[in-house]
Amino acid sequence: MSRELFKFKGGVHPPEHKTESNARPIHAAPLPRKLVIPLRQHIGNPAKPLVNVGDRVLKGQMIGEADGTISAAVHASSSGIVTAIDLQPVPHISGLPDLCISIETDGRDEWIEHGPLDYRTLAPADLRIRLRDLGLAGLGGAVFPSAVKLDPGATQHCPTLIINGGECEPWITCDDVLMRTRADEILQGVAIMRHLLGSTEILVGIEDNKPEAVAAMHAAAARMDFAVEIVVVPARYPGGGAKQMIQVLTGREVPSGKLSTDIGIQVFNVGTAYALARAVHHGEPLISRLVTVTGHVLRPQNFEVLIGTPMHTLITLAGDRDGTTGVLMGGPMMGMPMPNLDVPVVKATNCILVQSAELFPPLPKALPCIRCTRCADACPAELQPQELFRFAKAADFGRAQEYHLFDCIECGCCSYVCPSHIPLVDFYRYAKGEIWTREKDKRAADLARERHAFRQFRQEREKKEKAEKLAAKAQAKRAELAAAPDAAAPSEADAKKALIAAALARAQAKKAGTVPKNTDHLSPGTQQEIEEIEARRAKIRELAHQPLESEEKP
Amino acid sequence: MLAAILVMAGIAVAIGLALGWSAIRFKVEGNPLAEKIDAILPQTQCGQCGFLGCRPYAEAIAKGEADINLCPPGGEEGVKKLADLLGVEPKPLDESHGAPKPKSVAFIDEQTCIGCTLCIQACPVDAISGAAKQMHTIIAAECTGCELCLPPCPVDCITMVPIAEDLPHWKWKHPVVMLKQVSGDSSA
Repeated sequence: MSRELFKFKGGVHPPEHKTESNARPIHAAPLPRKLVIPLRQHIGNPAKPLVNVGDRVLKGQMIGEADGTISAAVHASSSGIVTAIDLQPVPHISGLPDLCISIETDGRDEWIEHGPLDYRTLAPADLRIRLRDLGLAGLGGAVFPSAVKLDPGATQHCPTLIINGGECEPWITCDDVLMRTRADEILQGVAIMRHLLGSTEILVGIEDNKPEAVAAMHAAAARMDFAVEIVVVPARYPGGGAKQMIQVLTGREVPSGKLSTDIGIQVFNVGTAYALARAVHHGEPLISRLVTVTGHVLRPQNFEVLIGTPMHTLITLAGDRDGTTGVLMGGPMMGMPMPNLDVPVVKATNCILVQSAELFPPLPKALPCIRCTRCADACPAELQPQELFRFAKAADFGRAQEYHLFDCIECGCCSYVCPSHIPLVDFYRYAKGEIWTREKDKRAADLARERHAFRQFRQEREKKEKAEKLAAKAQAKRAELAAAPDAAAPSEADAKKALIAAALARAQAKKAGTVPKNTDHLSPGTQQEIEEIEARRAKIRELAHQPLESEEKP
Repeated sequence: MLAAILVMAGIAVAIGLALGWSAIRFKVEGNPLAEKIDAILPQTQCGQCGFLGCRPYAEAIAKGEADINLCPPGGEEGVKKLADLLGVEPKPLDESHGAPKPKSVAFIDEQTCIGCTLCIQACPVDAISGAAKQMHTIIAAECTGCELCLPPCPVDCITMVPIAEDLPHWKWKHPVVMLKQVSGDSSA
């Protein structure tokens, strides 16, 4: 039985370099002395720390809780003492630090109490909250919180579930090795996804350069009690992109600005399915993942790595070599250069690619665009990269958006084929960043305008209210005076005088009424002193009332 | 002849009525040009332009009473946008109204604050929370960085803190490769 396959437009076929690392078995990376666990490892709000410096934590203990719907928890990858909660370098191209929890491991690797979840009896909403608290996020690269993606929404079901085993980026083999060795658990995870999404059609897309993985998945699928179709798709970059995988398997396109769920399709990476099975059947949070360490190392291979392990320990394990020119997190097409190697492995780290001048010769200097449109032929999103480049370079972001800049998946095909070696994708990323910043500034300006307008309205209102209150009070007083029997002269000036006189009388009465509060229980000496002072005051008052003749005379 | 005159007169009356009706029905409240100018202004409400906020400045520009280069927070880019909108030549920012500064938010040193509420009264966007003899604090997300709270503070406990670049606010820079090339071309 073979399924009719479709093609996506564009794409490239760079050298695969898969065999370097996919032949060796998975090794568990040793427990490092210190784990650094960033609180922002997923898309959405970063986790909120739950522990304090000095606390002892156990393996699998939640140390940061999910903050809001689009968020996920983070966990201690091993037991030990929390030594710091501060800004630490994280695997990000900017080299900027981010909030991390550092744990000094005690070597005992002591688990917190955990056990399986019965996903069939738990209410779907509760199960999703449990998965969020187990820190599940998409391991294909985007690290979107899985609990959100496992919510079918108002329609209550998502007919098609695609499991993405494409792994189209050169050099990376962690999904390949995972499928070869842990196919059963991947499909157990798929069963849970199917349960939550109510999917009827389940497709596993695997590129044809992974025959062992295909065989293992076929064998595992035969053991499952539900229908899973393992589909072999031609290897072509970026066939492992979610939108491209959907198009190849179903022939349907995700419309611009929409999500795949809008056309009834949800896509998960095989690694996510495996992590989901571990979470549900063993109660294990996402504290480790497979990482391919390859490129310019002695023994390229896949490691089972605890989240928070520093990258340099993995490179040392794989055998570091002289002549390293840089390290990418991810593959050569979409990977990000790492600012330093102390950064920890995070949920998004699928590959650590060590570069050398022979394997990755530096790109020649970029030349001007000659508008050959090779990039347009290669673009899998069917955009016009040369036009987008022109607009981004000229900071004409409005036009870039008109040319659907935000449909760009940053796959790097355009940069790969560019005969002028222009780093096209960097321009699109720059343009996207600028547009987001401008939108944010605009929102802030709108908020400021609104608040300023409200402040002016409030001040006007307060002024009016005060005037009204005063007018009402004056009116009442006037009426009172008019009603009084001694109101002989009702003229306006007299009424005002009477008002002033009444106010003066009130003030004096109040003054006379106030008694010093500290005059009880005084000693006779103090009492006498007070009396003397009072006498002096009376004398001064008397003097003040007399005309100052002595001063006027000279 | 008479028929033609009557027909023309009839058409004129009909059109006149239609115009008169639409003038009432589709009347535009306020000055639409001032609205557009106001949308470009950065809404810091700082008054550095010499007007009592962004809206009065926008209205003055719309009336032709004020120049377009008086807004330091808007910077050269703001001047350029205003010039594009109004169809005039952009001009350099008038430095007598202040120079553009990096974006900042006010910060109250809570140890020094005496709770006098003077800054609260000065804030144009109500971004300071506090009450008499209570500690005040800035709502950073709503502060426009206008600096209007600095002069009234009797104990000088407010400072302007530039917004540091952190991960959530980081953005891709303009790719350097091309910048190098452009500078090489211009020097050649």
